[in-house]
Amino acid sequence: MKKNKLILTIVAIILLFCLLAFLNSIFNSYQTRILKLCGIYIVLALSLNLINGFTGQFSLGTAGFMAIGAYVSAILTMSPAKKAATFYLEPIVPWLAEVEIGFLPAIIIAGLISALFGFLIGAPVLRLRDDYLAIATLGFSEIIRVVITNLQNVTNGSLGLKGLPSYTNIWWSWGVAVVFIIFMALLIKSSYGRALKAIREDEIAAEAMGINLFRNKLFAFIVSSFMAGVGGALLGHLMGTIDPLMFRFLLTYNILLIVVVGGIGSITGSVIGAIIVTVAMEALRVLDGNIDLGFIKIQGIPGMRMVIFSVLLMVVILFFRRGIMGTNEFNWDWFLNNRFFKKRKKTA
Amino acid sequence: MAILQTENITMKFGGITAVSDFTMELEKNQIVGLIGPNGAGKTTAFNIITGVYKPTEGNIIYDNKNITGIKPHNITKFGIARTFQNIRLFKELSVLENVLIANHLRLKSNPFAAVVNAPSYVKQEKNMMEKSLALLEDVDLIDVKDEKSFSLPYGKQRRLEIARALATDPKVLLLDEPAAGMNPQESNLLMDFIKNIRDKFDLSIFMIEHHMQVVMGVCEKIYVLDHGITIAQGSPHEIQNDSRVIEAYLGVE
Repeated sequence: MKKNKLILTIVAIILLFCLLAFLNSIFNSYQTRILKLCGIYIVLALSLNLINGFTGQFSLGTAGFMAIGAYVSAILTMSPAKKAATFYLEPIVPWLAEVEIGFLPAIIIAGLISALFGFLIGAPVLRLRDDYLAIATLGFSEIIRVVITNLQNVTNGSLGLKGLPSYTNIWWSWGVAVVFIIFMALLIKSSYGRALKAIREDEIAAEAMGINLFRNKLFAFIVSSFMAGVGGALLGHLMGTIDPLMFRFLLTYNILLIVVVGGIGSITGSVIGAIIVTVAMEALRVLDGNIDLGFIKIQGIPGMRMVIFSVLLMVVILFFRRGIMGTNEFNWDWFLNNRFFKKRKKTA
Repeated sequence: MAILQTENITMKFGGITAVSDFTMELEKNQIVGLIGPNGAGKTTAFNIITGVYKPTEGNIIYDNKNITGIKPHNITKFGIARTFQNIRLFKELSVLENVLIANHLRLKSNPFAAVVNAPSYVKQEKNMMEKSLALLEDVDLIDVKDEKSFSLPYGKQRRLEIARALATDPKVLLLDEPAAGMNPQESNLLMDFIKNIRDKFDLSIFMIEHHMQVVMGVCEKIYVLDHGITIAQGSPHEIQNDSRVIEAYLGVE
């Protein structure tokens, strides 16, 4: 039975990449961009879901870690010539001026440095609970952003970085997404994942059962920061330019939205939520402009998109209070058991 | 030498003294009871022993080791497990997962080995699974192993709590009102159950209980608390006839 599921999963992944290849060839550049964005938001949603959804720690620091990841990756991959051109106000520090490495090592280092900050921030902050933790992580996210704005000779401050090599193609964004999905699924299935869920359910009971609360929370926080850093790097190399204003609270909020809509504590939910929200945000752009139905012309109201989006969000929360998936995960059993049932009916 | 003993434990929360000068001893394989009116400080005493509170004064000695001030998760690692007065199960998780989690503290591995399914981890996971399933069989919960724990009826939730505590491989088990909400028939079954697990798992048991039938039937020694003060201690027979206990707690027979 387990072997069957493994084969099904591998086949599904192969089919996914075939589908992506197909879409990549028929989509125009606008549509491809949305597709790439979906993959990136899956990564970010998984990052937030790990610490918020599975471990139950209300963290709002995602944007900060994304900023670290994006900037580290940008600085490491931009050519010295581009750096010289972009840092026109104040040149970049000498020891970074000549650095130029490939994308894979760059995003790994970006993730690791985000994880390091996750450790430095998490160690003091994870002693807090609920709202206090949210405020503290949000605070640190802003601190990171402000520090980036002021380190003129490292990050180019408020001018931002332009000319990031556009490495993020569909294979990078969805490839990383698939790797992280597999990682999360294996982690959550394991005893360590269960320990995190126990902390979410009842901290006092978890501690009484021998679980080291602090160590487990810190582990989840560090892994979450790593993933957010990688996501930030992917985003930066998709946009082509990054600046501190990109990484304000609104960005964390958008990812929180995805996690809540998809299902707090569901990997499947994060995937579905990321795709739905990313596509909807773009699809609803239609409402901002004039709509021409031939016999009638509807005046576009700028901002209408966000109103409709908010209404849709409220509908989801009202009817699917725990998100679309709740805490459920996709399971091959849904299909396997159905077919079995049908077989039984035939022989009966 | 007692496997667990407290020495003059006092717990003050600001101006309130919840527990005053509490000294007890639990011998190996003994079942000792802790009774007293509501608010007497019994659960506070449990919380002190399990490290949730650090006592204002006094020491806790377990297996010849001073464990005062050690954190709860380490105390459980040493071998003291507990259940809770108002059941604290992992509600959204299944019955089996609740018990599996209690095995986690004995796991010698790391998350990355778990993710890549390293042989050492896989073997330990298999053992944890077998052990958990066996425990569920012992408490007769094997049929509902995949149900979410909040959906179980009250009596089964209590049994699950005990099974979960047993999964941590304890030497000492602290039961906080295990018979709460049980009818006489269930209480009888519980009494046998407690004696059975004491024998089967080589445990020493310290229990808080209000059900006098259970206390008198199962405990070999009883401590009586009232407003934090130990007003009596002795065998069930001595306690039943102690005038101070009758006055404070048992009332007129």
